[in-house]
Amino acid sequence: MIFQKYAAPKYFYPLAGKCLPWFAWLCILTLGAGLYLGLFVAPPDYQQGETVRIMFIHVPAAWMSMFIYAVMAGAAAVGMVWKIKLTDTFISAAAPIGASFTLIALLTGSLWGKPMWGTWWVWDARLTSELILLFLYLGFMSLQSAIDDPRRAARAGAILVLVGVINLPVIHYSVEWWNTLHQPASVVRADGPRIHSSILIPLLVMMGAFKLFFVSIVLLRMRSEILENEADSRWLQEQGA
Amino acid sequence: MATNVTLFSAWRRVLKRELILAYRQRNDIITPLIFFIIVISLFPLGVGPEPEMLRTIAPGVIWVAALLATLLSLSRLFSNELHDGTLEQLLLSPQPASVLVSAKIFSHWLTTGLPLVFISPLLAISLDMPFNAVIYTTLTLLLGTPILSLIGAVGAALTLGLRGGGVLLALLILPLYIPVLILATGAIIATSNAFPADAQLSLLGAYLIVAAIFAPWISSYSLRISLD
Repeated sequence: MIFQKYAAPKYFYPLAGKCLPWFAWLCILTLGAGLYLGLFVAPPDYQQGETVRIMFIHVPAAWMSMFIYAVMAGAAAVGMVWKIKLTDTFISAAAPIGASFTLIALLTGSLWGKPMWGTWWVWDARLTSELILLFLYLGFMSLQSAIDDPRRAARAGAILVLVGVINLPVIHYSVEWWNTLHQPASVVRADGPRIHSSILIPLLVMMGAFKLFFVSIVLLRMRSEILENEADSRWLQEQGA
Repeated sequence: MATNVTLFSAWRRVLKRELILAYRQRNDIITPLIFFIIVISLFPLGVGPEPEMLRTIAPGVIWVAALLATLLSLSRLFSNELHDGTLEQLLLSPQPASVLVSAKIFSHWLTTGLPLVFISPLLAISLDMPFNAVIYTTLTLLLGTPILSLIGAVGAALTLGLRGGGVLLALLILPLYIPVLILATGAIIATSNAFPADAQLSLLGAYLIVAAIFAPWISSYSLRISLD
């Protein structure tokens, strides 16, 4: 019941405003801690040397890029089933953040790849999947910006995200089949993580920081989008915003 | 009148109307076909005429050209009907819109995908492909081009009547075409190296079935959104 109440922009807007500073400060703290642990405390890798520190940005960014798309698809499904307008606001607020994380993952990966693999870019399965994910984000964002009517933009965008998320596993496995060079997953494994805790802890702290960053920015963007959409509504004027 | 039209006869009538329209505007069928041929013949000019090289790139070249040729023809899938109001009648009709839309998609494949399938052996031979690979090129196009029409219909429905529709459509649809491209070229490359290509063909078939089930339904839903 309480969730239904906060699905209305009228109640969501002040709630988001109250939560935002908490998330933002937590994000700054964890980001500082994670960067300190990653850049100064964690030992250089015996093979990769100091370049391993790129991983503390690269891996969380890559995780976030996929996480955000999955959350967007979940929100699209929820919005379609229960006709909640707030999910549309969320999706369009989240897409540029997801695209940015994808771009960061690609760029940092390329910076890491040059000293390690000897090239800026290889057509490896994971890199290619990530690039295709970026295309999916860009396609979504250009569809949204091409449609003037906000209702149509939201509904068409929701369909596109859902079609994309159905296709993502197909794309991922077909690309994997096509070519693989990237090292296999080493954190999430059935037999426990395969990296040392001195690396794993800063990685997880950075992961938390990125999540908090995402939540803060999404709340901020949703609030400004609500302001734009509901500029004429009464509750907003009563709040004196 | 509407009550005595069965679902199948409605489907057949939509298909017949589409085919008559396509026959009267033969240009729309011929243009993607010529585009397909021209794009493929640009590659030997670009990379050099060595048969070795051409044989290596042929599966990818033919398939990328097929993707682009399909893409080129997609924007007209619903746009004429949007302008003359037929599309609204289609969605208002008592028959389920997804079934009628599937007839439109089928006719799109008959008029753009199928011609590519027929011309492809000729182009494959011109790129010096071995006999097996020529057969598999045709076979994968036969299995794959319907998928292109089906997924493309969703994109065409979503971008209906938007400015910059054509380029936008490419941006939305091309990433979704990647599995088809990988599976189809994988099958051709496997056969030319004397490996079995059953796995790729099966997966392509599976993708076709899934697309055939969901795409007409999602397209008709998208059309409703676009017409709202």
